[in-house]
Amino acid sequence: MAATTIAAPRSPRSPRSPRRMRGRTNTELYAWLFMRVSGVLLMVLVFGHLFVNLMVGEGINALDFAFVAGKWADPFWQVWDLLMLWLAMIHGSNGLRTIINDYAERDQLRMWLKVGLYTAAAITIVLGTLVIFTFDPCPADAAAELLPSFCPAP
Amino acid sequence: MTVTTEAPVKETPDAGGVPSFQVTMRLRRFNPESDTEPRWEDHTLTMHGTDRVLDALHKIKWEIDGSLTFRRSCAHGICGSDAMRINGRNRLACKTLLKDLPLDKPISVEPIKGLAVMKDLVVDMEPFYAAYKSIMPFLITTGNDPSRERRQSPEERERFDDTTKCILCAACTTSCPVYWSDGQYFGPQAIVGAHRFIFDSRDEGAEERLEILNDREGVWRCRTTFNCTDACPRGIEVTKAIQEVKQALLFRRV
Repeated sequence: MAATTIAAPRSPRSPRSPRRMRGRTNTELYAWLFMRVSGVLLMVLVFGHLFVNLMVGEGINALDFAFVAGKWADPFWQVWDLLMLWLAMIHGSNGLRTIINDYAERDQLRMWLKVGLYTAAAITIVLGTLVIFTFDPCPADAAAELLPSFCPAP
Repeated sequence: MTVTTEAPVKETPDAGGVPSFQVTMRLRRFNPESDTEPRWEDHTLTMHGTDRVLDALHKIKWEIDGSLTFRRSCAHGICGSDAMRINGRNRLACKTLLKDLPLDKPISVEPIKGLAVMKDLVVDMEPFYAAYKSIMPFLITTGNDPSRERRQSPEERERFDDTTKCILCAACTTSCPVYWSDGQYFGPQAIVGAHRFIFDSRDEGAEERLEILNDREGVWRCRTTFNCTDACPRGIEVTKAIQEVKQALLFRRV
């Protein structure tokens, strides 16, 4: 249905409507959709993660530094953890953004809370991504007593 | 026993065997001329099994304290004037029977939340009506000469039947936690009002209305807490209507 031009009704329109005219975008729609889609994906990712780490094989007893190092040597788990990190961080940050919008009434306060939130989210995402892809359990120049036992002797 | 607005709680001594009981009404009073803060006021009354919260308010206003202020018109759940917070839930005072409430404790009656209190139980409804107006609650069609009826099949009518029941009492909007904290949100009622036209086959303004509700403060603020569905005295499935508007937006735009 094409957008039609509608003649103004007899009664004056609400004073609130002019500010609604600006910035007509689908941002909130995409944000809402993202919450639904990432929520479903996170269910699979998080419970898959918990199952593999805590239940499969020896279960929780097998969980140590070597176990994590082994997982991150596999591109499959790198991608899994990367997805989990990004989706969880964006999902959580967007949820907090909504709460800030709901409860922070002063414009200044709302802006600073959001700046803080986005900064924290960005730092966590960048650092986490960096760790997942540059993780080396046996760095070449580390002291021998700090290295895990499975590292080849220097 | 007949309860009418003209001759309300003046029972004959033998009120047809209707059980009577003592009830304490705890009213949230606010007089802008003398109070700086709202205060609670208790009245203990003898009421009958057929009486509603509205009858208790009438008894207080007419026999005890004439300064008690509240809105009511038809007193039969049609006009939507007497929505108030009864025992913490938004209800119509004229549809809530006293005997259905726990009578061992005082029954609290407060003005609906989220709108400015003017006096006692009367709130300023203007922001609520403004939100309703902004979704354009009137039939929008092209052409200006209707030479015949705008016909509609029963199925097409059924599509939006639920939302035509709205009486604009504001019980849903003022039960919504998002509306309490954010005065810019349209509120459930405005979305119900828009739903009634968006899904009407005769109406041609759906796109405009959807665009309005796609706003930052539109349907996407809904947190599906179902407070509105619980509050609606007409039994409209408000949350479902909101979700249908979201769905319409989603599949037109994505």
